[in-house]
Amino acid sequence: MTPIDPVELKRIRWRSRRGLLELDLVLERFLAQRFDALSPAQLAAYRELLDLPDNDFLDIVNGKADLDDAAQMEIVGILRAI
Amino acid sequence: MSVPVRRFDAVIVGGGGAGLRAALQLSEAGLNTAVLSKVFPTRSHTVAAQGGISASLGNVQEDRWEWHMYDTVKGSDWLGDQDAIEFMCRKAPEAVIELEHFGMPFDRLENGKIYQRPFGGHTQNNGKTPVQRACAAADRTGHAMLHTLYQRNVRANTQFFVEWMALDLIRDSEGDVVGVTALEMETGEIFILHAKAVLFATGGAGRIYAASTNAFINTGDGLGMCVRAGIPLEDMEFWQFHPTGVAGAGVLITEGVRGEGGILLNSNGERFMERYAPNLKDLAPRDFVSRSMELEVLEGRGCGPNKDYVLLKLDHLGPDIIKQRLPGIREIAMKFAGVDPIKDPIPVIPTCHYMMGGIPTNYRGEVVVPKGDEPESRVNGFYAAGECACASVHGANRLGTNSLLDLVVFGKSAGDHMIQFIKNEMPTWKELPADAADRSLARVARLDGQTGGEEVPEVRAAMQRTVQSRAGVFRNSANLQQGVEEIKQVAERVKRTQIKDKSKVFNTARVEALELDNLIEVAVATLISAEARKESRGAHAHDDYQHRDDDNWMKHTLYYGETRQLTYKPVHTKPLSVDYIPPKERTF
Ligand SMILES: Cc1cc2nc3c(=O)[nH]c(=O)nc-3n(C[C@H](O)[C@H](O)[C@H](O)COP(=O)(O)OP(=O)(O)OC[C@H]3O[C@@H](n4cnc5c(N)ncnc54)[C@H](O)[C@@H]3O)c2cc1C
Repeated sequence: MTPIDPVELKRIRWRSRRGLLELDLVLERFLAQRFDALSPAQLAAYRELLDLPDNDFLDIVNGKADLDDAAQMEIVGILRAI
Repeated sequence: MSVPVRRFDAVIVGGGGAGLRAALQLSEAGLNTAVLSKVFPTRSHTVAAQGGISASLGNVQEDRWEWHMYDTVKGSDWLGDQDAIEFMCRKAPEAVIELEHFGMPFDRLENGKIYQRPFGGHTQNNGKTPVQRACAAADRTGHAMLHTLYQRNVRANTQFFVEWMALDLIRDSEGDVVGVTALEMETGEIFILHAKAVLFATGGAGRIYAASTNAFINTGDGLGMCVRAGIPLEDMEFWQFHPTGVAGAGVLITEGVRGEGGILLNSNGERFMERYAPNLKDLAPRDFVSRSMELEVLEGRGCGPNKDYVLLKLDHLGPDIIKQRLPGIREIAMKFAGVDPIKDPIPVIPTCHYMMGGIPTNYRGEVVVPKGDEPESRVNGFYAAGECACASVHGANRLGTNSLLDLVVFGKSAGDHMIQFIKNEMPTWKELPADAADRSLARVARLDGQTGGEEVPEVRAAMQRTVQSRAGVFRNSANLQQGVEEIKQVAERVKRTQIKDKSKVFNTARVEALELDNLIEVAVATLISAEARKESRGAHAHDDYQHRDDDNWMKHTLYYGETRQLTYKPVHTKPLSVDYIPPKERTF
């Protein structure tokens, strides 16, 4: 796995700003508590989650829906618990 | 320093419902149209709207646009401009059907027509009986609207500049608007976007309050840019509050919880709403419940270590009812308040929800300012629509579901008038002033060079605390006067904020500092406008002046940032075709 470029890290931080306050609050905690310690694979999974539409993403974070991808679900697990 | 210039017929700042609807009109007319957005357009705050969009389609029960107009005028507490209100309510059915034709997936009746749900404040026969007027796409109306409009725009070749932040408005020596400056986040470069006409659709500014239902992105950038460019802001004292936001988070707990039997308690465990509203109790109107809650806190009966919230108790309903009928609420309470409502009450406070004021416009979407004896003279080349604009259809208080309607009706109207303006009056670009980018460059240079200042989050929190405690739902003269002094001091601190990260690429700290420049303008405008209005009207409830005073105060406030002075302009009392709806007391 190639190391993640610092610009990409900053881009991901900005893209954690969402249209729904609930997501802003969860992702803010995630960025503060967990983001810096993510492995490249975890980062890639988080980046994929950020491409979800806000409402779908929130339903997943709230446990109303799941995803098939195990790596993505690992991050979802962190988001649900945070 | 030379700044790269890009040229378009029209530049639209904002990719929410209002910006996208306007852009579609322009692109479909063949104009070269750019839309700037800080975030991907479908992640604009419009995505949060769940309740619906109003239109007197009469699909479920008989309805007429005149009744919708009456409800809106009454809702506005007679501060709304009746020409603009008539325009919006008359156009509503057409606007909703147009969205349907664009492919928006509305909920339907068995006969295939759009289903309409009941909503507070929607009535038949001028207040006589409730009517079902709200059209919705499940609980994702805003999301469905954004996706529908975004896709149409892609087809119409609208050019999107995503993760671009507009910094300042460019006006020439005649005061005409000729473009904006903008920061491309990806590179950190500043550009000039030169245009024949510019539209602001930058949304609300609810983040000036400590307790807000708005996403972090709602920082009032359009308003800040206007203030810096000498354009006044209208009716900034009027902010709508929702009574039950989770304390410390802002996330909404719907009215339905109190409908199911949830009750509000103070620190003595008293169900205080019985005292304020013996009949309706916890189900009194939103503004009334909010004010009662705030009074409890102000009089020292708030809960928690800082005694700054009240409690919403549900446990008496029993686990089964809570799990069956209020599942979403249990999740919200556990996630954002850290309590399980089956066992413990939820800390709640009145929470800022919607900005009624904004950039002064008329129903054509043109930005209008006083000039000589003329109270509303058009600023050539400048338009605004959506929550950032004040047309004014919401007056002193917005009716639920009228905002999404406002976005599409005035977005389209602004688009139409921009097309006319560009075709008839502005066949080619006006020259850019030599100093077009200077203000923005200076702002960024100040941040890059600043040492020894305070951090942005610290100053932003001070601003939010001041606005929350001095210009919340419960207002009085002493508190407002103190608030004006305090917010001016915070504004001085904003001028010296410092960021540690001086890099250029995707520098979120820099963006947040630039956003704070906008937030503070909105905050100062709010306090100064509120302090001056010596009456109670709609969302502005003044304890020392408890009644509406139409003789002296049926007028719009205009706040000028440079001098921090106010002027006033008359409310439009002439609708376009129907009779004026004269003021009455607002009772329910
Ligand atoms: C929780 C919640 C529920 C709601 N429910 C309803 C409802 O059911 N019905 C209803 O009618 N109303 C509702 N409202 C109100 C309504 O959603 C908003 O008023 C409306 O969506 C605002 O739309 P807009 O297009 O004006 O702005 P937004 O959707 O906020 O879009 C603003 C756009 O401007 C861009 N932008 C801002 N500043 C800049 C800048 N400097 N540079 C570049 N781009 C910029 C942003 O990126 C974004 O694209 C609700 C509001 C909330 C908070």
